Amino acid sequence: MAELTLREKFDRDNFVVEKLDNLINWARAGSPWYFQFGLACCAIEMIGASMPRHDLERFGVFPRATPRQADVMIVAGTVTIKMAERVKRLYEQMSDPKYVISMGSCANSGGPYWQHGYHVLKGVDLVVPVDVYVPGCPPRPEALIQGILELQKHIHTESTFGRPKNA
Amino acid sequence: MLDKSLIDSIKSISDSISFDEESQIFNIEKVDEWLEISTKVKELGFDYLMCITSIDLEDGNLSLAYNLNSTGSQASLEFNLIFSADAEVPSVESLWKTADWHEREAYDMMGIKFSGHPDMKRILLPHDWEGHPLKKDYEVADYYHGMYVPKDKTSWE
Repeated sequence: MAELTLREKFDRDNFVVEKLDNLINWARAGSPWYFQFGLACCAIEMIGASMPRHDLERFGVFPRATPRQADVMIVAGTVTIKMAERVKRLYEQMSDPKYVISMGSCANSGGPYWQHGYHVLKGVDLVVPVDVYVPGCPPRPEALIQGILELQKHIHTESTFGRPKNA
Repeated sequence: MLDKSLIDSIKSISDSISFDEESQIFNIEKVDEWLEISTKVKELGFDYLMCITSIDLEDGNLSLAYNLNSTGSQASLEFNLIFSADAEVPSVESLWKTADWHEREAYDMMGIKFSGHPDMKRILLPHDWEGHPLKKDYEVADYYHGMYVPKDKTSWE
């Protein structure tokens, strides 16, 4: 029998017995508010993803303009070396639990500035830990949505009190 | 093509101005006179500085190209300055306010020093950056504030 979601269990019985980890993960994955970090052209696709046609809000994903209210940082665009220190500082200002989505080739690896770019950081993962990489130059909103769904899957495997499930 | 009388009136400003017919560019040999020359050029009606371009000539010399435009007569001029890398160029910020940021960019990217500029500092790069990256002999540093900037990326591929 396929495992029911919390919502389905509640709808069936009006009563749920569940592990606390699962309840916390369900709440966290249900509303990963993102810190809008538009640095270059990827920001346009990120904005497009939260507009009505793609409607990120149906996944509970909602843009916040301050790191203190955000759970996910979507690094959308070219991270220059000058900006990298600011990225790190803003990441440190986010409250736990916090996640990072690296969006687009520039944030993943330096992208077109891979070979000749004295001013571009070769991947944002050199300064902050990245959970999901979204490839593309820039990625379509569908790709970003898949990245967010992958992040939600990742959140469901976490354990707040015990060992991680995959350990 | 530039008007013949305009060319003559600009050449009469100083002996160090020569005019190249083919490229329609005014070349200036003595950089020290640039502020006096540009003051007179502005009096001729060239009230708009469109762009300042810096060039590394790779023989120890640097070059600056100034594009001027007259909003009255719609005529456009180009002045070309060639000077050694350690020379100072007079700032024209007092004539055209546009020159403020253009000269700071030329200093940031090419290391050209401008004398008489009110706020001579880097415009794009961080203030503690070493070197001027658009010079041909620039070498990328391995680290900046502890962040690795790899030059050899074969091990990454």
